[in-house]
Amino acid sequence: METARHGISEKRFESVMGALLRAGVILAAAIVLSGGAMYLLKFDSVRPDYRVFRSEANDLRYMHGILGAAAAGHPRGLIQLGLLLLIATPVARVAFSVIAYVSERDWLYAAITLFVLGVLLYSLTSP
Amino acid sequence: MHSLLEFTLWIAAGSFLAGLLGSLTGLGGGVIIVPLLTLVFHVDIRYAIGASLVSVIATSSGAAAAYLREGFSNIRVGMFLELATTIGALCGAFLATRVPAGAIAIVFGIVLLYSAWTSIKPDENVPIHERTDRLATLLKLDGTYPARDGNLRAYHVRRVPLGFALMYVAGTLSGLLGIGSGAVKVLAMDRAMRIPFKVSTTTSNFMIGVTAAASAGIYLHRGYIDPGLAMPVMLGVLLGALLGARILPEAKVRTLRTIFGVAIGAVAVEMIVKGVKGHF
Repeated sequence: METARHGISEKRFESVMGALLRAGVILAAAIVLSGGAMYLLKFDSVRPDYRVFRSEANDLRYMHGILGAAAAGHPRGLIQLGLLLLIATPVARVAFSVIAYVSERDWLYAAITLFVLGVLLYSLTSP
Repeated sequence: MHSLLEFTLWIAAGSFLAGLLGSLTGLGGGVIIVPLLTLVFHVDIRYAIGASLVSVIATSSGAAAAYLREGFSNIRVGMFLELATTIGALCGAFLATRVPAGAIAIVFGIVLLYSAWTSIKPDENVPIHERTDRLATLLKLDGTYPARDGNLRAYHVRRVPLGFALMYVAGTLSGLLGIGSGAVKVLAMDRAMRIPFKVSTTTSNFMIGVTAAASAGIYLHRGYIDPGLAMPVMLGVLLGALLGARILPEAKVRTLRTIFGVAIGAVAVEMIVKGVKGHF
């Protein structure tokens, strides 16, 4: 009985997780595509030189700046927003797992996934 | 000199091919897109790694729904091993900002050589272990998978510490090189932990997105992710990988893997030679 119930909830958990990831990727790709179209139409003659590495402008490196640039309708900011959303999909997946394990009272895995979530959030917010 | 539009379309087409081949051969798009960008399009390896990393997240997350539905991936094994891969990825990303580009190219070439070899060598079937392992039982890692006859087959996970250590290496390489490190992840699960091959590959794919996300934040803040370059790479690789997953059941993968393994081996040598000569 115990194992059967466990199996069903795990199955549902997996399908919700799969749907969450796919929705995130589709949304991110759509934003990147529309930003990309704007970018190509706007700057048709200027091609950046990628042979030499220069770090991105500050406003396209941090969440705050990206949100601002995207809200102002800058094409490169919009692409960066889509990429940021894409990076956030696995983070959302792990956050969802934490909640699922807590609701199953599986404390060991709740702790494991919480730690992974901490590492991901550290990376996203580190200077 | 190509115009911006032409350049972007070329990058998108190349990325599409990389995603398609990466998914058909099981090598993943990252190990193909970085050499393509650096050797063919002469993009600085740091921009190439940043763009590759986002495309890796896209393919992993985009395909996860299909893999989860099939019931092969072992979520607990994935979650537990993500402890090792995410910490490794952070270390790799920090390392990437301190190591010269030439050294990164050399390490990349070595990983590429290993990937080429795993692609050429025949698959071996690891026998399923009957005995249980104490640590694996404690962590509830044992699982089942749908066998060819439609029944669920149980398997026991072994050698957890060794698998964990290898996963840390896989994470570090992922963070350093901007790739999914699928080959090393499968090595850790299939060889070290004795997890059935199909379970290992699908669980690896499932883990790749989380591993890559751990270093992507660092790369973004360091200015390695350029929107103009990452846009065609991410969209191209994603579309190629989705098409690859669709035609995979009918494709003659064996021959393709062998031809491609040899080609990748040649690219690996070129990356190492150029890295040693300081062309990066």
